[in-house]
Amino acid sequence: MLKARLKNLAFQLAALILAFGAVSIILISAGASPWEAYKNMFLGSFGSVRKFAEVLVAFVPLLLVTAGLLVTFSAGLWNIGVEGQVVMGAIVTTWVYRLFLESGWNPALIIVLAILGGMVGGAIWAALTGLLKTFGGVNEIFGGLGMNFVATAWTIYLIFGPWKRPGVASMSGTEPFPDEFSLPLLANLRLSPWALALGLIAIVIIYFLLQGTYFGLRLKAVGKNFRAAYLLGIPTWRYSLYSFLICGALAGAAGAVQVAAVYHRLLPSISSGYGYLGLMVAMLINYQAIWAVPVALLFAALNIGSIQLPIVMKLDSSLSGVLQGALVLFVLLMEGARQKLIKRAS
Amino acid sequence: MQIELKRIHKHFGKVHANKDINLLIPSGAIQGILGENGAGKSTLMKILSGFIQADSGSEIILDGKRITIDSPADAIRFGIGMLHQDPLDFPPMRLVDNFLLGLPGGLLLNHKKAMQDFAALAREFGFALDPESYVDTLTVGERQQLEIMRLLFLGARVLILDEPTTGISAAQKEKLFATLKKLSAQSITVIFVSHKLEDVENLCGRAAVLRGGELVGELQAPYETLKFVELMFGKVVTLGEKQSLAQEALTLSLNNVALEDARIKIKHVNLDVRAGEVIGLAGMEGSGQDLFMRACAGLARTVGGRIQFKGQNLTGKSYHTFKRHGVNFLPAARLEEALVPGLNLMEHFILAEHPSGIFIDQPAGEKLAAERIQSFNIRGGPLSNIESLSGGNQQRAELALLQTPLDLILLEHPTRGLDIESVIYIWGKLKERCQQGASIIFISSDLDEILQYSDRILVFFAGQVSNPIEASQTSVEQLGQLIGGKGWADA
Repeated sequence: MLKARLKNLAFQLAALILAFGAVSIILISAGASPWEAYKNMFLGSFGSVRKFAEVLVAFVPLLLVTAGLLVTFSAGLWNIGVEGQVVMGAIVTTWVYRLFLESGWNPALIIVLAILGGMVGGAIWAALTGLLKTFGGVNEIFGGLGMNFVATAWTIYLIFGPWKRPGVASMSGTEPFPDEFSLPLLANLRLSPWALALGLIAIVIIYFLLQGTYFGLRLKAVGKNFRAAYLLGIPTWRYSLYSFLICGALAGAAGAVQVAAVYHRLLPSISSGYGYLGLMVAMLINYQAIWAVPVALLFAALNIGSIQLPIVMKLDSSLSGVLQGALVLFVLLMEGARQKLIKRAS
Repeated sequence: MQIELKRIHKHFGKVHANKDINLLIPSGAIQGILGENGAGKSTLMKILSGFIQADSGSEIILDGKRITIDSPADAIRFGIGMLHQDPLDFPPMRLVDNFLLGLPGGLLLNHKKAMQDFAALAREFGFALDPESYVDTLTVGERQQLEIMRLLFLGARVLILDEPTTGISAAQKEKLFATLKKLSAQSITVIFVSHKLEDVENLCGRAAVLRGGELVGELQAPYETLKFVELMFGKVVTLGEKQSLAQEALTLSLNNVALEDARIKIKHVNLDVRAGEVIGLAGMEGSGQDLFMRACAGLARTVGGRIQFKGQNLTGKSYHTFKRHGVNFLPAARLEEALVPGLNLMEHFILAEHPSGIFIDQPAGEKLAAERIQSFNIRGGPLSNIESLSGGNQQRAELALLQTPLDLILLEHPTRGLDIESVIYIWGKLKERCQQGASIIFISSDLDEILQYSDRILVFFAGQVSNPIEASQTSVEQLGQLIGGKGWADA
């Protein structure tokens, strides 16, 4: 048992080395020093309290999205639409804010309402994809992709249309909300401890939901064999929809945090691509909730660390994306190799 | 081609699946390989056809030359082709395309030549196969014919058939045997793997019996059946007395039911099933019995008529409604439809119990699993993943998942591919349910099984359904005729 676990670890380490090796070759062929690049990325994410706080700012939405995706993946669903669900969460949060901005209610209440609104928005957006699948026969990958485009187009429409800034509309988004409507932030940082707590609580709940509840077990049965789950008496399509609702709500929460704690307004790229990035994290951790926190943190660090690269080394910051992609590919590849080896050995 | 197996050993982890097997098969022989499930037949054949490799020290000698077979492609290069229990073809493709698959070399396909070869081979063996039609329109028997043609076309001089008579009709079996005899006359060596004594007795000039991974005996025709049984099981096994447990009360009644799917229409079915009664459904695969059975479970829609269950009208209701009223359906495709690969035995038992509450009660689950594993004699622990169990154990696990109380059990091929002992065990368990008042409807392609265990029999032929036939007043011959479409005027 221990030996098998050590072997697994060896494979994962090999994947890590291979990923960094491949990216190093790309860097060398571009005439840059890989060591410099990795050092700068590390310093850019862990070099100071401010930088680490930025990593955590990216970590929260990523963790929320990953937590949600663990649920849909367990149900055997490829919720590519998670990106659009993040965006919808942001849109509805902004809408709730705008609704109550002048109401004179307690700002704390409005913040809570806005975040809950974002969760409902994300859940509804996900449910639409789920309904398209169960009643329209539209594969959730295609449905989700379509819904992503609709959600993004809608933000642009709102920013340049009904919600445009007084005077002139611009890509910099809607008019920022007053400070008292922000989730409380740590002094001089953009990090909200409340948002961080939300993300951590979410992943813990999802972990126990999937590991220790009858709901999670049924969900897994539906994901692993839809036909057999039905014959075992599980209302399969209802469980598919539940998983969409949960994932959508968590993705919506990610969008809500982006508005309520980070940007304080609606931006054209409000999701920062965290939906797609979350899909990568979920694949990398092979759908095991226990790994969500470290891997999401790593990915957030890569994202933030690479911001340094254009300034210091004249490299594009998309290097982090290359590294993340390489990581996922090599981990999946090594997993394939491991399975093959096991088969051969038996 | 003469095959000699010398000192064949194969270990899977701790399991010694083949123990020092030595066997000589002369060229042109029809060699039977007999044994119950898990006797090591499939392992031996997979070694011979390159799917797995034997332990070092094992030798395969072909016409006096020692060879190593590393893959199925290797095997076919040496002239060894294997016909699997589930034909390895590509259902959404045309026959001729399947025929061309696996042909070595060449980027470009020579369709015209392939068509000619196809036609020539089909004519030689009297197979009525249309090269332009699609594989998913074929019956299992026809797919076997296609696969035999493909292997011969690829140059096979040794043909291995793994349990080829499961799932095909009596008429198709006759045709298969005729084909194999013809091949043997052309000095093609045929290896026929089966657990059915009768088939081996009818076809094979010689037979080897495997038990527990060892070759326990070789016999030549004419055979003594009892000797066979003793070799296979190490003891004498009998089927037991046939007994009816039917009671007066009605469970299921079908009134003028009509059914329809893309391929078949069934009209005017009337049937009353009594508590404790066993109804066998006979017919060639795809004759409508599967549709009929799914309709009895609420898994296929009726287009007319009424389905009454214990006095309640359940017409048009879903399977879950039927299930709540005490109907359970066990499909033939175990890992595809009945069980969830990736979940363990305990998780299956928990799911089947429909527990309320939120958090999984682990100790209770383990206790439940341990009880069921013991009472259904499943080889595996509560935490064994279902796909790691053997076919017979999966089948027992399926039975262990049946809910209690239960009034109607619908089974598709409940004992397909299982050895006699497992068959007897499974029917023993089913008959216990009958004693408690459950009715059973089952599909089988094994007419002996239908005659042995049913009270009444329905025969299906191209969507026609016979009146219920008393099992005690019919015979394999009569049923065989009906299945083939003869003698329907008075049925």
